[in-house]
Amino acid sequence: MSKDQSVKAPLETDMRSDPPVAQRLMRTGGERDAIRGGVHTDLKHDSAAKHVTGRAEYTDDIAEPAGTLHAYLGLSTRAHAMIREMDLGPVRAAKGVVGVLTAEDIPGVNDVSPTGRDDEPIFAEEKVEFWGQPMFAVVAETRDLARRAAKLAKVDYEDLPRFLEADTAREGGMPYVTPPLTLKRGEAEAAMKKAAHRIKGRMRVGGQDHMYLEGHIAFAIPGEDEDVLVHSSTQHPTEAQHMVAHVLGVASNAVTINVRRMGGGFGGKETQMNLFCAVAAVAAKKWNRPVKIRPDRDDDMSATGKRHDFVIDYEVGFDDEGRIEAVTGDFAARCGFSSDLSGPVTDRALFHADNAYFYPHVLLNSHPMKTNTVSNTAFRGFGGPQGVIAAERIMEEIGYHLGRDSLEVRKVNFYGGEGRDLTPYHQSVEDNIAPRIVAELEESSDYQARRRAVLDWNAKGGVIRKGIALTPVKFGISFTATWYNQAGALLHVYSDGSIQLNHGGTEMGQGLNTKVAQVVADTLQVDVDRIKITRTTTEKVPNTSATAASSGTDLNGMAAKDAADQIKARLTEFAAERWQTDAASVRFEANSVFVGGEVIPFADLIREAYMARVHLSAAGFYKTPKIHWDRATGKGRPFYYYAYGAAVSEVSIDTLTGEYRVDRTDILHDVGRSLNPALDKGQVEGAFVQGMGWLTTEELWWDAEGQLRTHAPSTYKIPLASDRPRVFNVALADWSENRENTIRRSKAVGEPPFMLGISVFEALSMAVASVADYRTCPRLDAPATPERVLMAVERLRDGA
Amino acid sequence: MPYRSEIRFLLNDREVSTSKVGSDDTLLDFLRIDRRLTGTKEGCAEGDCGACTVLVGRIVAGAVRYQAVNACIRFLASLDGCHVVTVEHLSGPDGLMHPVQQAMIEQHGSQCGFCTPGFVMSLYALWMENPDPGGTEIESALQGNLCRCTGYEPIIRAAKAISGYGHPAQDVLNIERERIGARLAELMDGGRVEVTNGESHAILPADVDDLAAILNENPDATMVAGATDVGLWVTKFLRSISPAVFIGHLDEMNRIETGDDAILVGAGASYSAAEDALCDEYPHLREYWDRIAGWQIRNMGTIGGNIANGSPIGDCPPVLIALDATVALRRGDERRVVALEKFFIAYGKQDLRPGEFVERIIVPRAGKDQIHAAYKISKRRDEDISSVAAGLRLTVANGVITDARIAFGGMAATPKRATAAEAALVGAAWSEAAMLAAADALEADFSPLSDWRASAEYRTQVAKNLFRRFWMERSGADAPARLSA
Repeated sequence: MSKDQSVKAPLETDMRSDPPVAQRLMRTGGERDAIRGGVHTDLKHDSAAKHVTGRAEYTDDIAEPAGTLHAYLGLSTRAHAMIREMDLGPVRAAKGVVGVLTAEDIPGVNDVSPTGRDDEPIFAEEKVEFWGQPMFAVVAETRDLARRAAKLAKVDYEDLPRFLEADTAREGGMPYVTPPLTLKRGEAEAAMKKAAHRIKGRMRVGGQDHMYLEGHIAFAIPGEDEDVLVHSSTQHPTEAQHMVAHVLGVASNAVTINVRRMGGGFGGKETQMNLFCAVAAVAAKKWNRPVKIRPDRDDDMSATGKRHDFVIDYEVGFDDEGRIEAVTGDFAARCGFSSDLSGPVTDRALFHADNAYFYPHVLLNSHPMKTNTVSNTAFRGFGGPQGVIAAERIMEEIGYHLGRDSLEVRKVNFYGGEGRDLTPYHQSVEDNIAPRIVAELEESSDYQARRRAVLDWNAKGGVIRKGIALTPVKFGISFTATWYNQAGALLHVYSDGSIQLNHGGTEMGQGLNTKVAQVVADTLQVDVDRIKITRTTTEKVPNTSATAASSGTDLNGMAAKDAADQIKARLTEFAAERWQTDAASVRFEANSVFVGGEVIPFADLIREAYMARVHLSAAGFYKTPKIHWDRATGKGRPFYYYAYGAAVSEVSIDTLTGEYRVDRTDILHDVGRSLNPALDKGQVEGAFVQGMGWLTTEELWWDAEGQLRTHAPSTYKIPLASDRPRVFNVALADWSENRENTIRRSKAVGEPPFMLGISVFEALSMAVASVADYRTCPRLDAPATPERVLMAVERLRDGA
Repeated sequence: MPYRSEIRFLLNDREVSTSKVGSDDTLLDFLRIDRRLTGTKEGCAEGDCGACTVLVGRIVAGAVRYQAVNACIRFLASLDGCHVVTVEHLSGPDGLMHPVQQAMIEQHGSQCGFCTPGFVMSLYALWMENPDPGGTEIESALQGNLCRCTGYEPIIRAAKAISGYGHPAQDVLNIERERIGARLAELMDGGRVEVTNGESHAILPADVDDLAAILNENPDATMVAGATDVGLWVTKFLRSISPAVFIGHLDEMNRIETGDDAILVGAGASYSAAEDALCDEYPHLREYWDRIAGWQIRNMGTIGGNIANGSPIGDCPPVLIALDATVALRRGDERRVVALEKFFIAYGKQDLRPGEFVERIIVPRAGKDQIHAAYKISKRRDEDISSVAAGLRLTVANGVITDARIAFGGMAATPKRATAAEAALVGAAWSEAAMLAAADALEADFSPLSDWRASAEYRTQVAKNLFRRFWMERSGADAPARLSA
């Protein structure tokens, strides 16, 4: 180990892995004039030191009490079939098996449908509706024995007709899993007829597996009475709590869910963890022993939902300048066998089918199709990306049709200008900064000169062709389920001056806990080291919303600020009284309180306040203002505000093999006034690469029988380090400030930059188009695997 | 001959000796469940995500050499005489962070943190070998590590910054290397080791003769070299591999010798170990080699295993068939040599008799007037299984193709020569027309399958197009015919 003092000294981060609390507090004196870790600073992730040493505790790392049992799911091997007979005798007889759970063993309701539609059994009863559906769970002394036993079930099936894809399901008369949505403004059909140009097209957009590095896991510990505690890796502890109570047939107050951190979530652990929590809890109560359940990666990917793939039929009418007159769109989604979150996901696809563009006349319909596949679920962007990509395809189509750069088409269609600010859902775009972001990026990335160079390169006609594209994103921030836009926090100040912070959000790597701690540090003007961030638990903050929709910091930061403000007000009142001055002259600054000419160190003030019986604990609350949404009429203001961004990507393709490389990407992204630019930039970079993966190498492939065959990283290919752009310039729009009164005027960042990956997709398309002199829009389907790229090249060369 | 019924190895700073080890027990489960060293994570249990990356050191040519490997598919029994280093070993007893850890923190290299210990270990292995790596070297070292949060950019920045925090010479594994080597040498006694857990039995032969004898007596035994394929039989298919015979520790099986006529590659030599000998002789293999799996798998997996397991999509067979390689087989004291292309009889069926094993692969030295190429097509550039793999060797004398050896993987049930394409070339002038004729002839050679990696149409199309690439690259055309790394 290097202990040489000459090596570069660590700057801000404590390089010892576990600094004792006392030592941290000692270092936070009142000598400096600013606190450490306030808002708008590049504070490191609070768990960074634990991550790199392996000491960060994930659910599977929690020490198991003696007697812990392990559950494993038995999964169906048919996509759609009646269960004639299920012989679990060999499972029960297997070595180490303690027992088996089937639908009959559920004490409450055999259902984990998150929206209360009662369409998602934990264990299939009479029939199975997708390949990989849980039918039973076996509980054994070790995970290995449980897993081996689960394979021994003998099931006799009677196959039923199956529909696997959204379009075949629609043609085959399969039902919707949830009511569809229509967004309508103006008279799209009439305007379409009058338009100088019309294009009709169809686009298939693939799904995506979350491929969180930590798979699903729940660990239940039975308590007295009806109590059960479940440690889990869920984005939605409150829902898990309610589901466990529902399944056990007990009140929610008997169930506690704890989440310290997740090894990635991306939406995949919003509802999908409910099943695992429920199975672990039922088994723990039945045998009165701790029970852990953790599926193998292949089973995790087969049995849990993914991003919805869509088949999108669009028509656009436009004038000679490329200015859109009318758009119609039908968005059919493969929802899987149950509704899960498919309603709000397909709604959000329609909400984003305009992206940053004004459609004078528009008619959009969603078709949330039931299919005999795993029930698709939330994934970063939540349907938004599938809407945005349709808008960008339309821009691209117009560009090829008119022989223009699609960027020019985008510019004439941006929101803004007289009467051009109303979205298809009748919300006005008030904060439209897309044109400025795009203009600055066009300049800073040297887009025009590089585009000319790309055209020149392609004109030489070689094997390697290039493409470049600039695509923007406008993304609506708020849960469209309006009641979800609330949050709570619980803040304790202990008599030694240390602070414990709890809120309803969950940490999945995004740095939420760090940002919320920064807000509290700033509000109370203490070093962030003084604040202990604790696990999320339903015991401390009730009725929380999922950490989703990019809303974590907006909601929980505000709730924590409310709690800190309450304590600050009490301390202010106390200080004014104690030092005989008026409250207005009490100032919190840099670990101290300035009162009546005296400077009191924060910890000293707390000690005095405690002795004077001041309440040093507060529950904070926040609800997002201004929003409302009427789904029946398709009108309202579902979003508090929009976040914006844009990316330019340049790619090269090999026209002999379809292989490609991203040569350069430049991003300018809007996070308002960033609470933590380093963490926000990390979100932008990560989201971009994930979005690029969705549209390039990440391909979900079901065989004709309905079995997913890309169910592990050996077959499902997410981007590697060598896939990221060869040059990658990422900047935050440092001038941006949220016009709404969000936490410190910041903006949400989790999802919006995901859609910047579309720039890679469109650049690939341009490179393909070059083989036919850009006369034809290549109409690439996503993901644009090397195979799809080569086949498109061949198709265009053949003049099709 | 000494005989032991326990395996002995070093785990971080402790010695482990245990007799209760079966053939199927993995290092990852041992670390996490038995030792509660939970810093090493399970992400996929198939060697593809790298969250379980640890270092394994063993004595090679007299000194301890550490390599990054996947603990999820590394069998515990194979660790006899090794030093296993996990992430818990990196911060010193005083709690001070290691340079790799400091760099990762400073560059915001972790988000959810689950993949992070694996990245730290891969970067640690890289930094020990190469304190100032370039971008390509870093990407190559990280081919076997998936991160879903960061987009990799901050991890790459961290990789470049490590040496600012310390030099490998000051690292504990370098300072203590001799002492560790001495301790490992003490653990080894040169005899056979047999261990059992329940009904699962693992055997580590004393030497190759012992191996031959064991396999002769136990023809149903599973031979395990790098376990990069066999490991999945256990972790994914829950198959028992008992009794299993481990060969990774047999120096004779790992030996690589370059003779006057041929390069002899021991069947136990890893891709990494064989890389320089093969790629120095055949430079066209260098880029191809970097695309075989990821770094950890190249450190574990063997050319012998890639051949013996008979996969139609293994990366080595097509390029080695093109080079006219042969395999040396042994059963007891009987030895025979077969042409590699003849070794693959049908899907899942190789020319191996009960008790017989691949002892070495014989690759002829490069000949006069030969033109070579090796191509791999996959959905993702790195760490992916081939959709199509191809090896080509043409002999061109006086402008005429006098010999052609072309083999493909991913196009048939076995790695197979393209005989119709070859026939179209032999006797023809070295010309684009000849190459295009060969491409057309290819349709008579293969009727590939469609699966999740590629459709039949794509496989056929891309295989044909590779003949055009070959011509463009080898005929001196000035425009690039493929993307550089």
